[in-house]
Amino acid sequence: MFYYIIRRSVAAVAMLIVITIVTFGIFYASPTDPARLTCGKNCTPQSIAANRKFLGLDKPITVQYANFMKGLVVERNFPDDPVFAKNNPDKVTHCPAPCLGYSPLETQLVTTIIKQRLPVTLSLSLGAFVIWIVFGVGLGIVAALRRGGIADRGLVGASLVLYSFPTFFIALLAYNFLSTEWQIFPVPGYTPITQDPVAWFQGLLLPWFTLAAVFAAGYIRLTRAYMLETMSEDYLRTARAKGLKERTVIFKHTLRAALTPIVTVAGLDLGGLLAGAVITETVFNLQGLGRATVTAVAVFDLPVIVGLVLVAATFVVIANLVVDLLYGVIDPRVRLA
Amino acid sequence: MISDSVIRDTPSDAGSSEPFLEVRDLQVHFPTDDGLVKAVDGLGFTLARGQTIGIVGESGSGKSVASLAIMGLHRRSKAKMSGQILLDGEDLLTVSDERIRSLRGNQMAMVFQDPLSALHPFYTIGNQIVEAYRIHHPDVSKDVARKRAIEMLERVGIPSPNRRVDQYPHEFSGGMRQRAMIAMALVNDPKLLIADEPTTALDVTVQAQILELMKDLQKEFGSAIIIITHDLGVVADVADDIIVMYGGRCVEKGSVDAVFYTPQHPYTWGLLASMPRLDKVRTDRLDPIPGNPPSLINLPSGCAFNPRCGHRSEVEGDRCATELPELLEAGSGQSARCHIDPARRTELYAQISGLNEIAVQDQITSRKP
Repeated sequence: MFYYIIRRSVAAVAMLIVITIVTFGIFYASPTDPARLTCGKNCTPQSIAANRKFLGLDKPITVQYANFMKGLVVERNFPDDPVFAKNNPDKVTHCPAPCLGYSPLETQLVTTIIKQRLPVTLSLSLGAFVIWIVFGVGLGIVAALRRGGIADRGLVGASLVLYSFPTFFIALLAYNFLSTEWQIFPVPGYTPITQDPVAWFQGLLLPWFTLAAVFAAGYIRLTRAYMLETMSEDYLRTARAKGLKERTVIFKHTLRAALTPIVTVAGLDLGGLLAGAVITETVFNLQGLGRATVTAVAVFDLPVIVGLVLVAATFVVIANLVVDLLYGVIDPRVRLA
Repeated sequence: MISDSVIRDTPSDAGSSEPFLEVRDLQVHFPTDDGLVKAVDGLGFTLARGQTIGIVGESGSGKSVASLAIMGLHRRSKAKMSGQILLDGEDLLTVSDERIRSLRGNQMAMVFQDPLSALHPFYTIGNQIVEAYRIHHPDVSKDVARKRAIEMLERVGIPSPNRRVDQYPHEFSGGMRQRAMIAMALVNDPKLLIADEPTTALDVTVQAQILELMKDLQKEFGSAIIIITHDLGVVADVADDIIVMYGGRCVEKGSVDAVFYTPQHPYTWGLLASMPRLDKVRTDRLDPIPGNPPSLINLPSGCAFNPRCGHRSEVEGDRCATELPELLEAGSGQSARCHIDPARRTELYAQISGLNEIAVQDQITSRKP
């Protein structure tokens, strides 16, 4: 088990390094000149050249990549020019490790931008995750146990309807009616949890439910399907033949086996969501990673895009790793694999 | 070796021992969209302590459905059951769900066909045996239950049970898994053990070991055993009595010797003829029973076996297709459901069997010590 964890962790790091190369390659090798975008209408050949030098874009791509990777472990300076730094110490931006670069458009470090946005996305995704797991899995179990009954049909039908609506539609309707018109939910918005936990909770309540709705709909169907599949297993007949109570048969023997594949899907879904829930963030005006990505892509803010892609990839890779390790804990057959 | 009370239909005239399990006119019907599936239709037998009864038949003949009915494992909402299943005088069809649950695994236990799919893949063998023990012994501590599990594993011949108890089913071989399954079934000293095709998923050498183990354990614990199989070799080896089922009905029953030496029903003849044997020299091929098992929704009228029976001409008129034969005594404590005259049946079987008898004799004698 120990070696399994080590092996998987090494593989995860290797995977992330490959991702940096690919992202870096795709974005920095693109024909658009980031230096040209930094000065807009006021560009002169001189200012572009100066900006290029400032951003380190005058160096070969391999050197740029090496500098970028070096920045993950040691401090970088923008511009990286000792002579300039000596003459104008106040114009140099320090970027402490881990440094993901500097955005000339935002005139901020990429890490600063991510640090501002990450708590918003984390709060949104984790809260929604809890809601959709509780409702999705819970109602899925109910549907499976009442197979063919009214509850089952109602839940399956409702989840299909919910699943069919695009998130932005649900989000807009919810915002308009639940929050503005009828004022059932507090007005959505983000307050840091450290500042005011109650406001944090109230502000995110509607976004959580909106984001969770689509996922929950999918999980109801998923849980129901896995439950039904497990319920026909021979080992449940054995469990009943032993004289176990029906409650034990369902909640111990059936659920454990049925939930195993759901853990996999849930982990990957959460990992993907941590990169930002673009639509939900946009509709509810939450400044999360999703919004940041959209903005950065729109103005071609390369350092920010590369930084965000890396963060997103890291979440997905970590989620994958966690899921695999969890799977080994749940299902003894995949241990030491 | 056969006590008469075992095969008698009604217990009232059984002077001596009260039968431990008595099934009377058991019917298990499943209403479906396509019609009523009569999986078991009027099954009756009795079984004394320490005795073994073998239920034989093709797939879909109702063997497993009958055994699950005894265990109370059919959903009452889905299966319509009538008749009586008397376990020590208590009718299992009328008792409460809670009562039958407390009997399950305790008074009566079951061993299933495929131990890999019948054991939970996520729990250790020891965990599953402990669970089976503690549900019926709630006051017993985990440590004591664990010791009991190890003891049971040792009893069924699993080497180094101290280590094996913490392993998962997938870490066991097929035979060891079935031993563990038997250990789990016997952990509460059940008075009745139902083995549903216990050796079908195992290879031949392991089959023999498992059957031997079951015989040993029966001697030790004195349980009654119902063994369900399609393999006549298995019942010849372990059973005292045999019930041959076809289309949800018992077509022949009697002592193992009677059924093997003087089978009465053409279906039993077919089963015996389709059994592969090393000594069969007269023909190169096995003689399978022609046709397929009948649909339980739409059983052939009259004798359910009549469309596949090669001896219909022995019966006058069209009785085979119109009139359901009664399960009648046919001498030597054996009964069969067939219109052909008993004397004529003996003649017919003598004609078609030929070498069969020798083979059967081998089967029978090989099991005697």
